[in-house]
Amino acid sequence: MSLIYPRESLSAFPKHLSPGYKSTVKRSPSKPLIIMPHTLSELTGPVYGHDAIQDGDNDLTRQHKGEPLGERIIVHGHVLDEDKRPIPDALVELWQANACGRYVHIVDQHPAPLDPNFTGAGRTLTDKQGYYKFITVKPGAYPWGNHHNAWRPNHIHFSIFGHSFLSRLVTQMYFPGDPLFPYDPIFNSVTDPKARERMIASFDMENTVPDWALCYRFDIVLRGREATPLDDDKH
Amino acid sequence: MSESEITPSQTVGPFFAYGLTPNNRTEWDPNGQYHWKNTVDGNLITPDVTGDRIRIEGTIYDGDGKPIPDAMLEIWQADAQGRYANPRDNRALPNAQFKGFGRSSTDKQGVFAFDTIKPGAVPGPGGKPQAPHVVFCIYSRGMLRQIYTRMYFPDEVGNAADPVLNIVPTDRRSTLIATKESRGGQTLYRFDIRVQGDNETVFFDI
Repeated sequence: MSLIYPRESLSAFPKHLSPGYKSTVKRSPSKPLIIMPHTLSELTGPVYGHDAIQDGDNDLTRQHKGEPLGERIIVHGHVLDEDKRPIPDALVELWQANACGRYVHIVDQHPAPLDPNFTGAGRTLTDKQGYYKFITVKPGAYPWGNHHNAWRPNHIHFSIFGHSFLSRLVTQMYFPGDPLFPYDPIFNSVTDPKARERMIASFDMENTVPDWALCYRFDIVLRGREATPLDDDKH
Repeated sequence: MSESEITPSQTVGPFFAYGLTPNNRTEWDPNGQYHWKNTVDGNLITPDVTGDRIRIEGTIYDGDGKPIPDAMLEIWQADAQGRYANPRDNRALPNAQFKGFGRSSTDKQGVFAFDTIKPGAVPGPGGKPQAPHVVFCIYSRGMLRQIYTRMYFPDEVGNAADPVLNIVPTDRRSTLIATKESRGGQTLYRFDIRVQGDNETVFFDI
């Protein structure tokens, strides 16, 4: 399979400089990025095997002596390319705040309790159908210093490796119906409302497990689509 | 062409370390209460790797010239014979277990580091070789999407004809070329990155 990576797809991404999110002001390139051809260096990328993963790495509720507090949830979905073909063996990593909206990271000083039974990190590989699954607790919202009364909507950070270094993606998964959406400059840095919706998981009643956990579905679409016969990738 | 339904990028934020670079423990859990292990780190050396062992080290600076203490850098490179550990590079070359991928978070001084081997020249557009280089991908709080750059090596004859270096304006090329140093008998390439402002590093739209 030979994939190409149309640049137009990236129009859905946020701009590097999005002044509503203040930290972008000094951390975004000020000179135009230089357009370059995709060479073997960009069209390849790291490949991981099951040796990178241990049993249970995808269950964030079983990493400590007891179970974490909070609302137990299942987060699952498919990792796909732009032609909606599944990407097998994709390394998916996630990290998140605990149910109270507190990260274990020392820099997080939000006065909400830490949970000794929750670190908040997980990883898995997609199966042959590009499918992944995590068990975790729903992260809480938390305040941040961007502007007066700034709060991040509930979210889970995702990091995904696809077929190449070009399809590498770091994103955030949001929960449906969050009242904080209109106020969050990070969520709204994606200016197309349809593209924003693609960062919001859908509630999945069908896969909600009775008497145990609600389920959310989050499909992730990475860069890359099949080259048409006239469109080779040597340019 | 149908409309792309790509999932948009979002920032890695300030708290990724425990999830993505947990071996830097003192950065996120100085009291040792939690645990998580690396998938990948800044050491790319495998026991069987061949080639010149090198260290790549640098500081990343923001638009005020201040070091960025919460960035993550990933590198992707060929092995010493110029081969990528990926199915798309199907040249029949003997290969080590070398994966060619590394990840480093910056410390409080904005410093990142990789221990690796010097890559060989790799095939480029039109069958012309590309000079040895390392692809960098940078993430940080305040970056809503990753930025890509390349590190080249000084005193490399192939640089003059490199197809990518040649599309970079002459006066900015030096931002992509590491400087060679020696420390305790080890070869070190210094590659400082300036995200914004005077002498801003060249970043690529790929």
